[in-house]
Amino acid sequence: MQATLALDLAPIARADRWRPAELAFWLIPVAAYFIFPENLVLLTQIAITALFCLSLDLILGYAGIVSLGHAAFFGLGAYAAGLLAAHGYGDPLIGLAVAAVVTAVLGYVTSFLVLRGADLTRLMVTLGVSMMLYEIANKLTDITGGVDGLQGMEVLPVLGQFEFDLYGKTAYWYAVAVLFVLFWVARKLVHSPFGLSLKGIRLNVGRMPALGAPVNGRLSTVYTIGAAYAGIAGALLAQTTQFVALDVLAFNRSAELLLILVLGGSGSLYGALLGTIVFMSAHHLLSDLNPQYWQFWLGALLVVIVLFARDGVMGGLRGVQRRLDAAFGRTK
Amino acid sequence: MTTYALQTRNLVKKFGGFVATNDVSLNVEAGARHALIGPNGAGKTTLINLLTGFLEPTSGDVILNGEPVTHLAQHQRVKRGLARTFQINRLFADLTVLESVTMAVNERIGIGARFWRPIGAYAEAVDEAAQLLATLRLLDLAHEKTRNLAYGKQRLIEIALALAMKPRVLLLDEPAAGVPTSESRELFETIAALPRDVTILLIEHDMDLVFRFADQISVLVSGALLTGGTPDEIAVNPKVKEVYLGEAISV
Ligand SMILES: Nc1ncnc2c1ncn2[C@@H]1O[C@H](COP(=O)(O)OP(=O)(O)OP(=O)(O)O)[C@@H](O)[C@H]1O
Ligand SMILES: [Mg+2]
Repeated sequence: MQATLALDLAPIARADRWRPAELAFWLIPVAAYFIFPENLVLLTQIAITALFCLSLDLILGYAGIVSLGHAAFFGLGAYAAGLLAAHGYGDPLIGLAVAAVVTAVLGYVTSFLVLRGADLTRLMVTLGVSMMLYEIANKLTDITGGVDGLQGMEVLPVLGQFEFDLYGKTAYWYAVAVLFVLFWVARKLVHSPFGLSLKGIRLNVGRMPALGAPVNGRLSTVYTIGAAYAGIAGALLAQTTQFVALDVLAFNRSAELLLILVLGGSGSLYGALLGTIVFMSAHHLLSDLNPQYWQFWLGALLVVIVLFARDGVMGGLRGVQRRLDAAFGRTK
Repeated sequence: MTTYALQTRNLVKKFGGFVATNDVSLNVEAGARHALIGPNGAGKTTLINLLTGFLEPTSGDVILNGEPVTHLAQHQRVKRGLARTFQINRLFADLTVLESVTMAVNERIGIGARFWRPIGAYAEAVDEAAQLLATLRLLDLAHEKTRNLAYGKQRLIEIALALAMKPRVLLLDEPAAGVPTSESRELFETIAALPRDVTILLIEHDMDLVFRFADQISVLVSGALLTGGTPDEIAVNPKVKEVYLGEAISV
């Protein structure tokens, strides 16, 4: 045991401790509620998209599985929760649970298709699966409402206590609470041996089998978890808006999500959250300022961030922190 | 009766029309220090890839501790005690040295899929990894990212990862390639100091090292086994001399 005594194990043993910056981050949703009480609908959308983006970060940022069809799970979750609520099973938490299970099953089954190929194949398979779901939802008008959307949802109060109000207060806290709990779970996951093995797979997939790791098993597990997270995000959208539009399954949603994750910086969980906040705020502000050309400016902003801040917003923040540390003579 | 740790029977690997492994029947005795030599492109690495399941053979069998494993996946063979290093480093650039080795230990002791408690909660794995780094004199680099290390040091991590498997059979593909001579000596001392019941199959171009280290040598030429025997037998074998005649033995 001499060897271990000579080494400070803290960097690995306490890698999962909460840092002050993280605690500060989670004050943002609380502060936002008081600063922008008029914008709770937008803020709720941000929380939901952040959860959706978190699910992509688990599979792409940690495990390296690229997807252009992640909306398949988002949409399926939305329809699952929506249909339940439209047929008299309006308890929101049960809705989330059912959405999670249904999307997890789809995730698990499709993981075998996705894992068969390399990156390009994966893009195509994920895209294909989401296109098929889109078409199914489009055709089954009796069930989904097709292009008119699914209506007639009746969502009961959260925990039987908190009714969804006109101002969207309950919706906001509900979405933020679910986001936080699932973030906390994801954080545990990425700091666990399982999370470490996912990083190993992303960094060198060829080496992991030689260390005795069943690569496909691990990947299909994380893909299933990511699918369930996306499904819950979709369910949240359905419940908080009491409506499911066909575009929950649209390609656009998958593509935009990928963009948000790259913008925020993948593989850190917080990048997914920050990326969503930056993207959706910019979207909101630019479309207000410049209703005609906002997409142009949004595009320009994206290019600048991706080109000049490696690893997106998170990369930029890390750079700032390094400089501050250097300026104050601190070592990490 | 001799027991064999690792055997192949009529192993063949074709890449298209090219025969990279040609009807190889190799026997590696349990506890042996067995060297596999041969000119560049002889098919040594390909053979290791077939033994470990990195490649599927075109025909023939691989037998590990008396049991056929030809159709087992790589990770399943690792579970049965077969570990390897790669000729060209295959490491985890963004992980620290300690994280990499801890990850390897996690897999060996079967906690690689635990998802709730943090890595640090499994102190036995982290301790073992640190212990191993100490043996390889890598302890002061434990918290460095792999990408920041010199190639020679990275080479040691390559070996640490394999040793973390606590293999019964260890396949080393030119472990000292790219390591400065001063350090390669130490490296071989570490390898030589492994418990005697660990069977080692070593690919190495440096003949001095091979003759000092090995108790059995097999010579592979153009995908086929030319001959095998003790170092003394190989040293005087005219066929082997012919193969190596005029060829600068590269290190
Ligand atoms: N995946 C592959 N596809 C096609 N040809 C291959 C492949 N892998 C190896 N080869 C060929 O098989 C032959 C044997 O290669 P191998 O790497 O096994 O040789 P080696 O004995 O390890 O050589 P070295 O001493 O240079 O490492 C070479 O001619 C090589 O080009
Ligand atoms: Mg080779």
